[in-house]
Amino acid sequence: MVTVPTGLLAGESPAAPILAVTGLGKNFGERVVLQDVSFQIAKGEVVVVIGPSGCGKSTLLRCLNGLEKADAGQVRLDGQDLCQGQIKWSLVRQRIGMVFQSYDLFPHLTVKENLLLGPLRAQRRRRVEALAQAEELLDRVGLLDRAESYPRQLSGGQKQRVAIIRALCMNPEIILFDEVTAALDPEMVAEVLEVMLGLAQQGMTMLIVTHEMDFARGVADRVIFLDAGVVVEESPPDIFFTAAKSERVRRFLDRRRYERRLKTVG
Amino acid sequence: MLASAVSVFTAGDNLWRLLTGLGVAMQIALLAVFFSLLLGIPLGVVMTSRRRVLFLAARLYLDAWRIVPVLVWLFIFYFELGRILGIHIDAWLVSVLVFSLWGAAEMSDIVRGAITSLPAGQVESGRALGLSNWQLQRYVIMPQVVRRLTPAAVNLVTRLIKTTSLVVLIGVVEVLKVGQQIIENSERNVPSASFWVYGLIFILYFIVCYPISRLSRYLERRWVG
Repeated sequence: MVTVPTGLLAGESPAAPILAVTGLGKNFGERVVLQDVSFQIAKGEVVVVIGPSGCGKSTLLRCLNGLEKADAGQVRLDGQDLCQGQIKWSLVRQRIGMVFQSYDLFPHLTVKENLLLGPLRAQRRRRVEALAQAEELLDRVGLLDRAESYPRQLSGGQKQRVAIIRALCMNPEIILFDEVTAALDPEMVAEVLEVMLGLAQQGMTMLIVTHEMDFARGVADRVIFLDAGVVVEESPPDIFFTAAKSERVRRFLDRRRYERRLKTVG
Repeated sequence: MLASAVSVFTAGDNLWRLLTGLGVAMQIALLAVFFSLLLGIPLGVVMTSRRRVLFLAARLYLDAWRIVPVLVWLFIFYFELGRILGIHIDAWLVSVLVFSLWGAAEMSDIVRGAITSLPAGQVESGRALGLSNWQLQRYVIMPQVVRRLTPAAVNLVTRLIKTTSLVVLIGVVEVLKVGQQIIENSERNVPSASFWVYGLIFILYFIVCYPISRLSRYLERRWVG
């Protein structure tokens, strides 16, 4: 191998970040949802955001692609400031993919048409080339035979895999995942997480909000713990899950270790 | 018995007159459908507006047409509007006007319902794909809104057609009025004339409305669900 993507090798000094968030703040009326949130993501890095419900995780992701407008701070994508002046969000969003909890496939379009809408309309790419990519991705997630199906004919896990490759078809520089397995039946969670693990291994830059702790530990290069809109801890997964600096994080993680708790009680 | 029934329709050009009367009713209904779409769709979009004044005005308009019976509106427009303006307004014109305005009100509510029933996620996932506002409307919102509103809109067409029978009461000569004239003329020779005439009118309305209502059910199965 001649070239290795920067930021992929352990120990290598991180290259200029793809995404840099500085002092991000967001209020809904009186309520402070995000406060002084700062972090960076280098190319090829996988960052997982963990935190209790309502801590601002989803709002954080939505501020990054302009679905919500940040009230303070700075978001830089490849150096471009997304909080200053007139931002053409439709162009920015072509570079930042997003996958939602509720899939949000377009029900009136077939799987194939769902995948092609962005590439053909937003990016104005050639059909032959976009279709080839869509079919290759469908094949990779085992859904090539469902290309002509409508979303309602798919299972939840299949819908979410389609939603993921719909984002991939845009060739984004980074993908945001907003609790993408939270609405799924337990047995379908694995098939979606496997797709995401595969992407991580191929060097896709990802920012993942999830409640799946084992998955977070396996996929993350770094974990960010968000509580009440504030970054409480940011550390590598090994440290985060075993020796977190913050008491708040340890309590949060402990509450999810039912087995051990039962033993101590008994 | 049957021979006498046939005579009711063969006498003069009675059957042809009945069909012409049906034509008048259809003409009013179709014009009303056209204007209902023309006015109702923008009005429905306005009703999803967050601008309070616009929303309230549209809502008031809809409620006015919902609360007051269509027959009363026909009387108001036919007798009062002419008096206020100091001119005589043709009953046919009043009929088209009233049914258009009523249809527009009903249509606006159908459009509003179709738009607001779209999950918010559709807009967001379209935006997240980098679609422009126009592309979002054209490829994501509108196709789904049209699918959602078509069954109800087609239903509205049958309601408009059936309700045009009220225009008899402001003196428009349509199928029902022609039927009454025929009955009056034939009753002496054929005592059962009213049965045959109303029977035929029943069948005529059925022939017109049944296919439309089937179409509505077909589209509902095909597009929604």
